[in-house]
Amino acid sequence: MSHGNMNLTLKIWRQKSDKEKGKLVTYPVQDISPDMSFLEMFDVLNEQLITKGEEPIAFDHDCREGICGMCSMFINGRPHGPKRGVTTCQLHMRSFKNGDTIVVEPWRAAAFPVIKDLTVDRSAFDRIISKGGFISVNTGNAQDANNIPIPKTDADAAFNAAACIGCGACVATCKNSSAMLFVSAKISQLALLPQGKVEATARVKNMVAQMDEEGFGNCTNTGACEIECPKGISLENIARMNREFYVANIKS
Amino acid sequence: MSKLDSKIPEGALEQKWEKYKSSVALVNPANKRSLEVLVVGSGLAGASAAATLAEMGYKVKCFCFQDSARRAHSIAAQGGINAAKNYQNDGDSTYRLFYDTIKGGDYRAREANVYRLASVSANIIDQCVASGVPLAREYGGMLSNRSFGGTQVQRTFYAAGQTGQQLLLGAYSGLQRQVGLGTVEMMSRHEMLDIVNIDGKCRGIIARDLISGKLERHFGHAVLLCTGGYGNVFYLSTNAMGSNVTAAWKAHKKGAFFGNPCFTQIHPTCIPVSGDHQSKLTLMSESLRNDGRIWVPKKQGDTRKANEIPEEERDYYLERRYPAFGNLVPRDVASRAAKERCDAGYGVGTSKMAVYLDFKSAIARYGHTKAVTQGIHNPTAEQLKDFGKQVVEEKYGNLFEMYEQITGENPYQLPMRIYPAVHYTMGGLWVDYNLMTTVPGLYALGEANFSDHGANRLGASALMQGLADGYFVIPYTIGAYLSKEISTKAISTDHEAFVKAEKDAQAIIDRLFAIKGTKSVDHFHKKLGKIMWDKCGMARNEKGLKEAIAEIRALRDEFWKDVRVLGSPNELNPELEKAGRVADFLELGELMCIDALNRSESCGGHFREESQTEEGEALRKDDEFAYVAAWENKGDNNYEIHKEELKFEVIKISQRSYK
Ligand SMILES: Cc1cc2nc3c(=O)[nH]c(=O)nc-3n(C[C@H](O)[C@H](O)[C@H](O)COP(=O)(O)OP(=O)(O)OC[C@H]3O[C@@H](n4cnc5c(N)ncnc54)[C@H](O)[C@@H]3O)c2cc1C
Ligand code: SF4
Ligand code: FES
Repeated sequence: MSHGNMNLTLKIWRQKSDKEKGKLVTYPVQDISPDMSFLEMFDVLNEQLITKGEEPIAFDHDCREGICGMCSMFINGRPHGPKRGVTTCQLHMRSFKNGDTIVVEPWRAAAFPVIKDLTVDRSAFDRIISKGGFISVNTGNAQDANNIPIPKTDADAAFNAAACIGCGACVATCKNSSAMLFVSAKISQLALLPQGKVEATARVKNMVAQMDEEGFGNCTNTGACEIECPKGISLENIARMNREFYVANIKS
Repeated sequence: MSKLDSKIPEGALEQKWEKYKSSVALVNPANKRSLEVLVVGSGLAGASAAATLAEMGYKVKCFCFQDSARRAHSIAAQGGINAAKNYQNDGDSTYRLFYDTIKGGDYRAREANVYRLASVSANIIDQCVASGVPLAREYGGMLSNRSFGGTQVQRTFYAAGQTGQQLLLGAYSGLQRQVGLGTVEMMSRHEMLDIVNIDGKCRGIIARDLISGKLERHFGHAVLLCTGGYGNVFYLSTNAMGSNVTAAWKAHKKGAFFGNPCFTQIHPTCIPVSGDHQSKLTLMSESLRNDGRIWVPKKQGDTRKANEIPEEERDYYLERRYPAFGNLVPRDVASRAAKERCDAGYGVGTSKMAVYLDFKSAIARYGHTKAVTQGIHNPTAEQLKDFGKQVVEEKYGNLFEMYEQITGENPYQLPMRIYPAVHYTMGGLWVDYNLMTTVPGLYALGEANFSDHGANRLGASALMQGLADGYFVIPYTIGAYLSKEISTKAISTDHEAFVKAEKDAQAIIDRLFAIKGTKSVDHFHKKLGKIMWDKCGMARNEKGLKEAIAEIRALRDEFWKDVRVLGSPNELNPELEKAGRVADFLELGELMCIDALNRSESCGGHFREESQTEEGEALRKDDEFAYVAAWENKGDNNYEIHKEELKFEVIKISQRSYK
């Protein structure tokens, strides 16, 4: 089946549903190739489980190329595993050694309840966006795209913030389960563009209010989120959001 | 009499859409509030349609199987989106975009649709910029463009190598705004399993709540399928793991004809397969062909490393064969040329099924330019390389990183190894000019329909089509239908048609669990993929296709006898989801082969070995095959073909040449 020479011990969080308790279960896997992605290693394990008649492990994934933000495994105490700047699906087994024991858990946060095994509910992020993570322009209202020149540095900075994939690793790694990095990335993107300035005040207030309502914790500037973010979203965004929030409160 | 009426408006090509828009029936605001529209899919097509229809006042529900609308597969598009803005002043126009698209599609698309697409393309860019999409810009603050294959102008807008992500997040933000306003109800982690027809019209869907496993009935005055392409029938493709044909296929079984199912696009530049554990293939965007040069060694079976092969012993075969377009020939041409070289024994890498995509010249060229702009007159070789690398990194950084993560090789130093892979499906549900399928009230948008790309899609045109359909076409064309539905009251989901459709969907689920076989769903999916790739892939012939049909039938029987689905139906169960999808692929695969067998010409991505020129180029047979093959499902895997003749009134149809 697989052609590799790595043998590993996996300890994986199994939980039937949000109503039941979960626990770590140990599974050995053999003949893993260093060229496999972490999720392909899970495919091998699931295939083994199916052959044995055991229920395979449920985990979220879709694009398998680091862009959809769906994969979400907490690997040896770190969201998306040991390598910086990659998502779980982009992590390859060459980052591990033969004989390693790997512990895999779901994202843990009050605002991200476990659905099953390694799958969690991140719909809180969508609800935050629906409170202001947009520009209120109806289809058909737009002027010519080059009418407002945007300095390249601003456009690039907005793009860097907009590169967030909404995976939630920042929340999972934060000891307070704060969603500040995620929320600030969207606020920054729109604050940096002339089109986004019109609604800036309402946006930051409404999004922050929803973030609090969802039960995300406060930011105490530990910076763990920036380190674990697979897309390099910078802490500067949080500083910018704090400024936006401050200004919004003065204005009202 | 043909059952197909394409409903193309009368009049001169350039005026059809303008006239249509000013004469189509409207629905007044009060009536819109009581009209319900179901949008299945939240990719570029679905998100833009759902948001726009909600802004207009319709009551909308939107479905996706991922945990959030933002994760639809459009997110993965890399290279860019076309629009006839002519910002570069290089001679672009609506007509030229229209012409390039028809020619690129090898004259198998409908003129009227493609012209409309080209004419709304510019509005798309305006809309996206207005909604905060950070497209790439020049230092002067204006939008930047790059070139894509099959064209000689620069009309592709982009956001680094993440254009789909940025466009989708733009459409998603518009959608979430409507969700916040209460005009769209978003149903994520829901999978549509069937459509519901009442008195000959589509009136709703059956969907499974993927968390509770419960089947739900949803009513709509109209239903829009924006469910993407079916490339995953090949198992290995550049599509996301969940991409599937289920929604379109179930609609097909309930009356929607399937158009040109065999038209699949094999993308020339993907990272080659590394082993049998492989679960998907990763695209290296076509934009790389702006700067990368494709080559293989001139010597057969050359075992030297790329860097050890001197310039004069390299065969830049695209530049050699197609001097006018060089590395920027359309995808079908580039893919076949790579296959030809590898089959002839010139392939590289351990598998010998790869060619090089080399950035050395680009790095040198950009290095020089940057040194000049920095005022450095005698740059060292090191400086040149560094400067060049910086420019390339700015353009394609994320793609280079992705390549390195997957292969463990540094593409700034060694050329990339690439090979063609399944990428996109031009075929899909047949639709008329209004984007309506052959089931009244059922529409198909985006990659799910067959409409605009003929037999080969040009790069950066799928994003354009998805957003054109959702933002600018359906908002008008749906009025033609819904204006006649204003007196239709919402139908109760206790209606017998809903009850029966739900029962049928349940029966399939029960049957899958009851088999208790010995093999996983993936086992069957991989086998199907191999049959399709070997016999209905880059090159097809009569014998192979006939074998494939027999093999798929046998595999399908085995699946229904021996598949093993564990767990229960009343919970999150990814294996059950996969099983349902693969069951549908096992039917679709056969139809694709039937269609490929029927079309004994070569055109675009469909290459019939029996039909080629002496130089090995695709040979079209316009007298026999200038039609859309729309297949009707007659039950029990029987199909009847209906033909929509393609009339070319503006463009002179000719054998395609990129030489
Ligand atoms: C790697 C890659 C790169 C690409 N790059 C480019 C590019 O640079 N330029 C370009 O123009 N095109 C590109 N394409 C093609 C382009 O991305 C797609 O054709 C396009 O995004 C499809 O959009 P869509 O809205 O039709 O469907 P999708 O974005 O695929 O969305 C499908 C939606 O339907 C939902 N869905 C599917 N089935 C069901 C069901 N049964 N029930 C409920 N919901 C369902 C999904 O959840 C999803 O929301 C690329 C494609 C790939 C694979
Ligand atoms: S900020 Fe980074 S870690 Fe947080 S959701 Fe976005 S991409 Fe993921
Ligand atoms: S599966 Fe899409 S980011 Fe990992």
